[in-house]
Amino acid sequence: MNLILVFEQALNGLQFGVTLFLMAAGLTLVFGIMNLVNLAHGSLYMVGAYLTVAAVGWTGSFPLGVLLGLLGTLAVGMLVEVIALRTLYERDHLDQVLATFGLILFFNELVAILWGRASLYTVLPNYLQGFIEIVPGSIYPVYRALVIAVGLAVALLLWFVVARTRLGMLIRAGASNRTMVAALGINIRLLYTIVFGFGAALAGLAGLMAGPIYSVQPGMGELILIQVFVVIVIGGIGSIRGALVGALIVGMVDTMGRAFLKPMLAHFISPTAAEAAGPALASMLIYLLMALVLALRPEGLFPAKSG
Amino acid sequence: MRARTLVLAACVLLLAAAPLVAGALGQMYYVELLRRVMIFGIAAASLNLILGYGGLVSFGHAAYLGVGGYAVGILAFYGVNNGWLQWAVAILASALVALAIGAISVRTRGIYFIMITLAFTQMLYYLGISVEEYGGDDGLRIKVKSQFSGLIDLNDPVAYYYLVFALLLGVLYLVHRLVNSRFGLLLRAAKSNEARSRAIGFSPYPYQLAAFVISGALCGLAGALYANHTSFITPEYMHWTRSGEIMFMVILGGMGTAAGPALGAFALLIVEDLLAGWTQHWQVILGPLLVLCVLFFKRGLAGLLPGGGKDG
Repeated sequence: MNLILVFEQALNGLQFGVTLFLMAAGLTLVFGIMNLVNLAHGSLYMVGAYLTVAAVGWTGSFPLGVLLGLLGTLAVGMLVEVIALRTLYERDHLDQVLATFGLILFFNELVAILWGRASLYTVLPNYLQGFIEIVPGSIYPVYRALVIAVGLAVALLLWFVVARTRLGMLIRAGASNRTMVAALGINIRLLYTIVFGFGAALAGLAGLMAGPIYSVQPGMGELILIQVFVVIVIGGIGSIRGALVGALIVGMVDTMGRAFLKPMLAHFISPTAAEAAGPALASMLIYLLMALVLALRPEGLFPAKSG
Repeated sequence: MRARTLVLAACVLLLAAAPLVAGALGQMYYVELLRRVMIFGIAAASLNLILGYGGLVSFGHAAYLGVGGYAVGILAFYGVNNGWLQWAVAILASALVALAIGAISVRTRGIYFIMITLAFTQMLYYLGISVEEYGGDDGLRIKVKSQFSGLIDLNDPVAYYYLVFALLLGVLYLVHRLVNSRFGLLLRAAKSNEARSRAIGFSPYPYQLAAFVISGALCGLAGALYANHTSFITPEYMHWTRSGEIMFMVILGGMGTAAGPALGAFALLIVEDLLAGWTQHWQVILGPLLVLCVLFFKRGLAGLLPGGGKDG
């Protein structure tokens, strides 16, 4: 294992981590404020990726396509909230899980009807296809570096909005006592729709940024959704700080495990056994980590009370 | 209550007569379809034990379907075709997996429980995909079905149908007896008010964990049946949508009712079959249908039966 390789994999872990964070932030906000378990959050990730692929193809411009994809996901998110999810806030988690499960089936199939089941790939413009040298001797794809930068910037922006603006104040107030917020004359329904659209746009951003790296296909949202659940369980439900820490841990552990578990195992057991056990163990690693965290701290690392 | 018993008895008689009718009409497809329905009826009944009576929203029941199926598949892979052994291993292995998952997840509540059971099932799904020895992503064909010392031949669709039928009735009866025993009363007490059940002097954890393990074991049996039904085992058995389907069967049929899960399995799989025969994009119709059911059809099918309501 040379250090350059470790460094590159750490960047990949960071890139996966910020993608997970964008998803987890929206999911945890919606849960913390509306008390809604939204399985269809993964569908919004998928919708973001598909809309962007379509918009980039249609306009021929990558930045314009990204903008349209983002706005489109925001609109889809708000529409879903108004039509289907609004009635679910007062229901128990079981009903929410089942109804949003139905939404997932709908979205996956709708996407398959519109764009087919085969994988799509976003074509990156030339200026995003190159490599940059972050440390001497190591080149890293520009696009992945951009994803990391955007992810960290959005995390900062999110912190600013929640902690420093009037909207953020309302969001925090809504999370701690929604009846009181409504009694003070705030339009709580509108606030919910805005928060949901906000979360949808974050999921869409995660999806559209993942598009050029992974393949865009029906059902892509659920693969990441379940990893996001692991993030939230580790970080503590309803806590944005927990989502950030959880996302970075899960992104790093998963990426490092896939890259280095096999060669590391080969030091201890026979190479053929490592060949078989390495990938299996690597794919289970984050779930084992989740079990460990739960055994030690059943409420997650940052229980929601601390914000 | 009498009218309700009559309706349910009529359902049982119809199921019992189905292979004869289908055989006479030369429509053996329906025997296969109903057999699948009944296998999922067993899976749904097992989930109903913890979901309907225990209030534990397990979103990972497909895991035990997979473990039971793989137990049969892997033993058959090594040439062990003895059905008694295969099925015993299937039930035992799923009970053990349920014990491990339950020991961690039953300590948690609400949304944590949902996410954790889902995440562990996903872990087993990826394990199934990454173990190339047993087919990985492509799955494993089961060349010889379980052999029961010549007593019953699973290759005979009608004989297998009646075996599944008997097992379904057995499992429904077992769950019914369990939830009406002292054990079941404690389980239901913990569901309706955990603080009070602690106050009267029992901790719900061991009872909930025991129910979780029994539920997993019964679902493992369904997995062994399903592996023989399809003669094929893939990680898809453990796919999270499968967990969602099983959960939906319980809700659709009526949570916490004895016959509900079987009714729910029947309704969901028949609707799926009809829609799939009509268009390949059936899920685009099924999805909103499920949403509507959740929003407007709260009591489930069992609630429609005469005398429908809490118990059955």
